[in-house]
Amino acid sequence: MIELMPASGVFSLIWVLIALPLLGAGVLLLGGRRTNSWGPYLGVLTVVGSAVLAVFMLLAMMGQPANERSIGQTVFSWVFAGNLEVDMAFQLDQLSMVFVLLITIVGSLIHIYSIGYMSHDADKRKFFGYLNLFVAAMLLLVLANNYLLLYVGWEGVGLASYLLIGFWQIKPTAAAAAKKAFIINRVGDVGLSLAIMVMFATFGSVSFSDVFGQASAASEGTLTAIGLLLLLAACGKSAQFPLQAWLLDAMEGPTPVSALIHAATMVTAGVYLIVRSNAIFDRAVWAAAAVVLVGLITIFMGAIIGSAKDDIKKSLAGSTMSQIGYMIFAAGLGPIGYVFAIFHLLTHGVFKAGLFLGAGSVMHGMKDNVNMRRYGALRGLMIITFVTFMAGYLAIMGIPPFAGFWSKDEIIHAAFERSWVIGAAAILGAGITGFYMTRMVVMTFFGKARWEDDVHPHESPAVMTIPLVILAIGSTFLGMALLFWGNIETWLEPVVGFASGPTPLSSIALIAITLVVVLIGAFIGWRQYGAKPVPIEAPRGNWLTRAARRDLYGDDVNEVVIVKPSFALARWLNWFDSSWIDGVVGGVAAFVGGAAGRLRRTQSGFARSYALSMLGGAVLIAAALVLVRLS
Amino acid sequence: MNPANYVILSAILFSLGAIGVLVRRNAIIVFMSVELMLNAANLAFVAFARTNGNLDGQVVAFFVMVVAAAEVVVGLAIIVTIFRSRRSASIDEPNLLKY
Amino acid sequence: MTPWLTILALVPLVGSVIVALLPGSRPTLAKQFTLAVSLITLALTILMALQFNGASTEPFQFVESYSWIPAFGISYSVGVDGIGLVLIALAATLVPIVVIAGWRDVDANSGGSVKGYFALILALETLMIWVFAATDLFMFYVFFEAMLIPVYFMIGRYGGPQRSYAAVKFLMYSLLGGLFMLASMIGLYVVSAQVTGQGTFDYLSLVGLEMDPTAERLLFLGFFFAFAIKAPLWPFHTWLPDAASAAKPGTAVLLIGVLDKVGTFGMIRYCLPIFPAASEFYAPVVIGMALVGIFYGAYVALNQNDMKRLFAYSSMSHFGFIALGIFVFTTIAQSGSMVYMVAHGLSTAALFLTAGFLMQRANGSSLISDFGGVNKAAPVLAGFFMFAALSSLALPGLVSFVGEFMVLLGTFQRYLIVGGVATLGIVITAAYVLRLYQKSMTGPLAPKLVGMPDLSGREILALMPIVVLTLVLGLFPAPILNVINPAVDRVMTTIGATDPTPTVSSDGSGQ
Repeated sequence: MIELMPASGVFSLIWVLIALPLLGAGVLLLGGRRTNSWGPYLGVLTVVGSAVLAVFMLLAMMGQPANERSIGQTVFSWVFAGNLEVDMAFQLDQLSMVFVLLITIVGSLIHIYSIGYMSHDADKRKFFGYLNLFVAAMLLLVLANNYLLLYVGWEGVGLASYLLIGFWQIKPTAAAAAKKAFIINRVGDVGLSLAIMVMFATFGSVSFSDVFGQASAASEGTLTAIGLLLLLAACGKSAQFPLQAWLLDAMEGPTPVSALIHAATMVTAGVYLIVRSNAIFDRAVWAAAAVVLVGLITIFMGAIIGSAKDDIKKSLAGSTMSQIGYMIFAAGLGPIGYVFAIFHLLTHGVFKAGLFLGAGSVMHGMKDNVNMRRYGALRGLMIITFVTFMAGYLAIMGIPPFAGFWSKDEIIHAAFERSWVIGAAAILGAGITGFYMTRMVVMTFFGKARWEDDVHPHESPAVMTIPLVILAIGSTFLGMALLFWGNIETWLEPVVGFASGPTPLSSIALIAITLVVVLIGAFIGWRQYGAKPVPIEAPRGNWLTRAARRDLYGDDVNEVVIVKPSFALARWLNWFDSSWIDGVVGGVAAFVGGAAGRLRRTQSGFARSYALSMLGGAVLIAAALVLVRLS
Repeated sequence: MNPANYVILSAILFSLGAIGVLVRRNAIIVFMSVELMLNAANLAFVAFARTNGNLDGQVVAFFVMVVAAAEVVVGLAIIVTIFRSRRSASIDEPNLLKY
Repeated sequence: MTPWLTILALVPLVGSVIVALLPGSRPTLAKQFTLAVSLITLALTILMALQFNGASTEPFQFVESYSWIPAFGISYSVGVDGIGLVLIALAATLVPIVVIAGWRDVDANSGGSVKGYFALILALETLMIWVFAATDLFMFYVFFEAMLIPVYFMIGRYGGPQRSYAAVKFLMYSLLGGLFMLASMIGLYVVSAQVTGQGTFDYLSLVGLEMDPTAERLLFLGFFFAFAIKAPLWPFHTWLPDAASAAKPGTAVLLIGVLDKVGTFGMIRYCLPIFPAASEFYAPVVIGMALVGIFYGAYVALNQNDMKRLFAYSSMSHFGFIALGIFVFTTIAQSGSMVYMVAHGLSTAALFLTAGFLMQRANGSSLISDFGGVNKAAPVLAGFFMFAALSSLALPGLVSFVGEFMVLLGTFQRYLIVGGVATLGIVITAAYVLRLYQKSMTGPLAPKLVGMPDLSGREILALMPIVVLTLVLGLFPAPILNVINPAVDRVMTTIGATDPTPTVSSDGSGQ
């Protein structure tokens, strides 16, 4: 177990990382319309400020020896009662550091991009306020030093996601999608809550250092339970099977949101949670196996859905599901996979953000039409978007030397070290990636123009394309940079451990096989959509296509299994409440009322009948007295 | 003296009063019957006070007389008012004060 | 020594009398005066709270005691522990907020006079302070029942169309509960006379009284019944939806936000310490009722079309959590319940007040189906509504989360299954709260609402303190926990309960 170093120097400002965007959110959300003109710039500034601070922290951290890179900072005692003692405390170590950099830097780029993208929106200050809130919550999530505080960040990003998906809530679909995302995430939160409770009941603490330090003393059953509950939480936040249904609908939000929250950062929080809890998963074999299984299922679900959608954002969302499936999958492999899960997370964060922003740039030029069947031949009209999108395209397919190649290849490698079956499955997934990404690129940038007459495609302004260029550069070089210059394995090793084992195939052969499969997938994609014209009306397609268009019946299953029965139960209980529980109450009242109504008839108004009843009463009492006396 | 005689007389007077209240319709007569019952009670009180040799019964008898007098004042006033408005002293006619 | 609590209770009482005597032709003066009195009370409460010694070993502080009916051992005794202090502070905070929010709630067309409504609010404040401060059982009972009077008039005179039905139902339910409590209280007096030879109603003398188990259980039931109606727990809840939907928003805030807390307060203050064995005996029943209530309330709320009824059912669900936390006998859960009581007071206030502002703009309708797209017309109102909704669903970072999570954690510690099942409640809570928000605030603006004004400065002023308190106490709950924890520890010691210990340190296996 690594001792946390007291925060000194630049590290004493860890709380500022969170406070800056939080301040921005506060000013923007409370300031109202006054902030309309300068608000967006303030929003950008706070995040850039955090990014600069994070870079300084990285430099300071690199100057420390490897075992002194975990820094802790306790601000105050937060929740305490009995033997519960949870601090408002932060932990900045190598793992948090890379997340902080990803969040703040990609966050900054997306903030800048949004200035252009949201320039015509009347509520843009609100938009930037929510984005700032998101960044603050996400930073809290990765900087917390205990699970309860992590939960605050966890739910905070969920809230920001809810608010931003429903940003255009005048559209009923957006409002419904936001609600759906929040409620499905809440199911995951039950997992996280229960995991925290089991931890507390077992270890008497919820801080990372206590839980991980004592993990070896707990029984495997307990650890498996914690692991499975954490997996449930991760499934909710990272849109993994069986809680995947919300992510596709979440594309109702503005595109920068999809890029930042639903591609680069928030949805990867599940991966962070699992990797952070490596001490638990290392000792819970079955939980780890479940993680691998969930990851694998989602790789294919996401890829299949991504292959069938005509909506460019939904297709990318399917791809995100699938890629996060890879990360979860890698995280389930144990110490040989953790590092690569994070590695893929970082490269994916950059290239997928690039792809989403590219899609946003296309939409910006196409009057917000998202239907790829209405695109085509845009490569000449949006040159910067096209080139940067291609960088992301090559990166996600894993073509060397682009970023995705290094990270995905390592995951496939690690999978083979475990078993050739899951390794082969991972390669197959990569092949489908080749198919749907080629399909997307071909439908969007190649072929014949299919847009309507009143659409005039044009390149986006510089404030949007500059972030695209930066992300494209990242998509190209980040993999190499992290692997060769950043030594990501050794960097993360103190936190997550690292191991490598024998491989059944040599690395070169594996790389070759993967590339061939990916290229076959890409070729099929080109043959289907590039070699022949794309119909504007989608053909009916085979059963798999139809199922994929309906998100593989995810919504239908939820509807039948959960939503309908819940509302039926609610209606029944409502009836039960008014007719039975309140009915009993009303019945008693009616009985008393009725009896009283009958009794009062004796008040006839005839004085002599009253006198008779008085006499009768007096006689009765006298008789009773006499009888008692006699007996 | 034999207290039983006084008590029997009191019981007879009380019964007469009670029957009067129950069977007569004229409010004045009913009223007089009530007075008869009160005085029957007074008689019993005084008789028992005498037998037991203390004054409690006599004190109560005085109380009853005072209360009876007060009652007469109020009661007669009511009867007179009702008679003025209805031209009748029947006790069965004013039966509006009911459920 | 300053008689803080008596002063605190008398200030609004005197204020109430003065407001009632003000000329009816000057309603604004009555409002201003009420506001001033309630603010003075709040200031006094804060002054008193600052002198409260969290580390003291005395069971009660600011104690005063004067003989009242010596023949029966009845005295006027007041004093607060952390729990009482926090609830008095809650009451003192909510009253000015309700006054500001309800500034235009009553007018000449209401059933009663304007000044009457505000005089009743102040009278209610007095009674609330006394009921939380009483350390004499008889005095507690008197104020417990007396509180019904102002509320009865506030609902029955100033409420909506169903007001007299609701007011009578509320009164009857509460009186029935109070009757059982009265019987139990007299029983307790008799028992104390038998055991100690000197009958008493003094709280501290009654704690730890040795009684016959059967008698203890019967007496417990009498008290518990009254508190279960007041709280209200399932299945004694049906007065609440009617009362809440007939009452003015401000009345509903005081009714559910503070008055109903007397029920849960009574459970932890009276039921547990005076009848420890009976509490333990009946704990499974109470936990069952609480658990049913959590889900029952949430599910019924899912199907409500009337906002105020929805809030009432959601409160019932929340009261399930509070009662659960009290009756699982762990420090964390009981502290959590106390925090939850404060949190629920604040979130209920936010919900009812924003809903009230909304209703004013829609001709008094509280039907969800009459709304839609409010966010477009009144973004500030929608923002506050969102905040209230989030506070109600216990979003982490808000004070309701601290309470709810502590309750669940403490429950889980003792009863794994119960804790696990109760945790599922958070999903349904989210479902009904967000359904409400979605249906009323999002989508296209309902035609009837076109041109509806956004919140005015006064309305924002009323809501702002709630928002600030919810946020600050959520991130920094220490001010509440510091005073509550010693009181809860004392309850735990009195009933002889101990917390479960972490499993790893003992046998190294899971639960």
